[in-house]
Amino acid sequence: METLRFALENLPQIMDRTVEHVSLVGAAILIAIATGVPIGIAITQNATIAKRVLYVAAIIMTIPSIAFFGILIPILSPFGHGIGYLPALIALVFYSQLPIIRNTYTAIMNIDPALRDAARGMGMTALQRLWQVEIPMAMPVILNGVRNAVVLTIAIAAIATYIGAGGLGTFISRGISQTDSRQLITGAVAVSLLAIAADLFLLLLQRLLTSPGLRTRN
Amino acid sequence: MIRLENVTKTFDSYMAVDNVSFEVPEGEICVLLGPSGCGKTTTMRMINRLTELSSGRILIGGRDIMEVGATELRRGIGYVIQQIGLFPNKTIEDNICTVPDLLGMDRKASRKRAHELLEMVALDPAVFAKRYPKQLSGGQQQRVGVIRALAADPPVLLMDEPFGAIDPINRAVIQDEFLKLQSALKKTVIFVSHDIDEAVKMASRIAIFKSGKLVQYDTPDNILAHPVDDFVADFVGGDRTLKRLQLVKVADAMQADPPRVLAETPVAEALALMQKHDHQSVVMTGPRGRARGLVRRAQLQGAQGMVGDHYERIPCTIQVDDTLRNAVSMMFSNDQTWLACVDQDGFYRGYLTQRGITHLLGATYRDA
Repeated sequence: METLRFALENLPQIMDRTVEHVSLVGAAILIAIATGVPIGIAITQNATIAKRVLYVAAIIMTIPSIAFFGILIPILSPFGHGIGYLPALIALVFYSQLPIIRNTYTAIMNIDPALRDAARGMGMTALQRLWQVEIPMAMPVILNGVRNAVVLTIAIAAIATYIGAGGLGTFISRGISQTDSRQLITGAVAVSLLAIAADLFLLLLQRLLTSPGLRTRN
Repeated sequence: MIRLENVTKTFDSYMAVDNVSFEVPEGEICVLLGPSGCGKTTTMRMINRLTELSSGRILIGGRDIMEVGATELRRGIGYVIQQIGLFPNKTIEDNICTVPDLLGMDRKASRKRAHELLEMVALDPAVFAKRYPKQLSGGQQQRVGVIRALAADPPVLLMDEPFGAIDPINRAVIQDEFLKLQSALKKTVIFVSHDIDEAVKMASRIAIFKSGKLVQYDTPDNILAHPVDDFVADFVGGDRTLKRLQLVKVADAMQADPPRVLAETPVAEALALMQKHDHQSVVMTGPRGRARGLVRRAQLQGAQGMVGDHYERIPCTIQVDDTLRNAVSMMFSNDQTWLACVDQDGFYRGYLTQRGITHLLGATYRDA
């Protein structure tokens, strides 16, 4: 009850923090898509390079987020951005790479070689094949990767509050330091709700962007 | 129309296609035939440069294929593959219009053409145009695969075992449909197959490959009647002469302008006619020439009156445009030594005997 009262009284502040959180995650995901999808497509050309890239991306995932933020402080300090928005953004972009690169790579590799042969034989250029056949066919799987990345980064962004990036993590960190369970629970629930909402939104987007010819049902 | 000159393809040190030369005249179907790994598919793929040739030249309509860019060349050549390769993310009409769209042709016109093509293969455009490939059966998908290759009206068509993955009943239907399309469109077709029966049915010419070499290039009848070596003879099969039956129409083997009698012909006159031709029976026709029945010499002996009082039903008749294969089958299943041949309207055109068939099939050996 007390937590609920706290949440209602601080609603404007929660909204502000949510906007911070969403803009951080949103920017990170957009950058991650812009980098991860092309990388995922590019590595389909060479199996050895693909293996290495996926390996590196997997290793990045295993770095504890707190440690990652710590690593970025000395690197970015000379530019005056040791803490705050920029290191948080960079870390989130890195964490998003694995699900996006891996899903893009797998989706493109799983396309029936006969389709590529038909497309080539009818006179499509490599780029036309990519836009007209390969990306539309890979779309549902790529977007699955994006959904994974979004949920993951929403959670990690909550920790970025420790390097002053703001967001809903603020309530959690204050709740811990002030042993105030109201703030702690408010922050945790808000992060969870945000993750669920984002996931549902992306599921809808996935439906809209997938050709009806590729849907499994009907 | 399509001319290969000393075409060779080597993969590393392996010679996939070894100094192959042949020419396919315009409007003909050339079937490249042979066991797996014989180089027939590689030969076909060099024509639209999906595989680049190592040496030699390929000319289409007198023009070297290396003079045009690979993508431009391919847009001018229809391409059909065994795996069909319809794009699952595109509707049927968008699939059909792939090449017209790549060429930047008018969308409305190409969609209209797509609907016409769908109708030509008995797929109702109102039902199928907006569907997606997965909503079609395998046979329907391959029909779309074929008309997709025809959408931009290319003069040349490459078909890589196009009907290989379709069940036998549907395959025969699609083959017939394609032959019907071809008789109207007159494309120059290179058709890869490993099935001698399909080759005999589809081909104007057959090119038989063995280990990268072209061992025989000839009409189906000559390949079946005169295989150049044991390999070809084995490949076309021990029953190759029977396969030739499929190539000959009844009209070409029958005795045309046959003797006949009318219902009101006197018995004596009919007997004299049979004696003159040394026949054991003769067909009775109606006043305008339709086959109505037959009379036998043995039964008319000593009989009185007219033919119409003594005739019996004809056990079976064969259409003049049917193949000898079906005619022989009909003879055997009805225990007949000859068949009355009629045209589409039932008019009596000739008769076909087992001896006549034997004589016709043997002609090619006697001339040689």
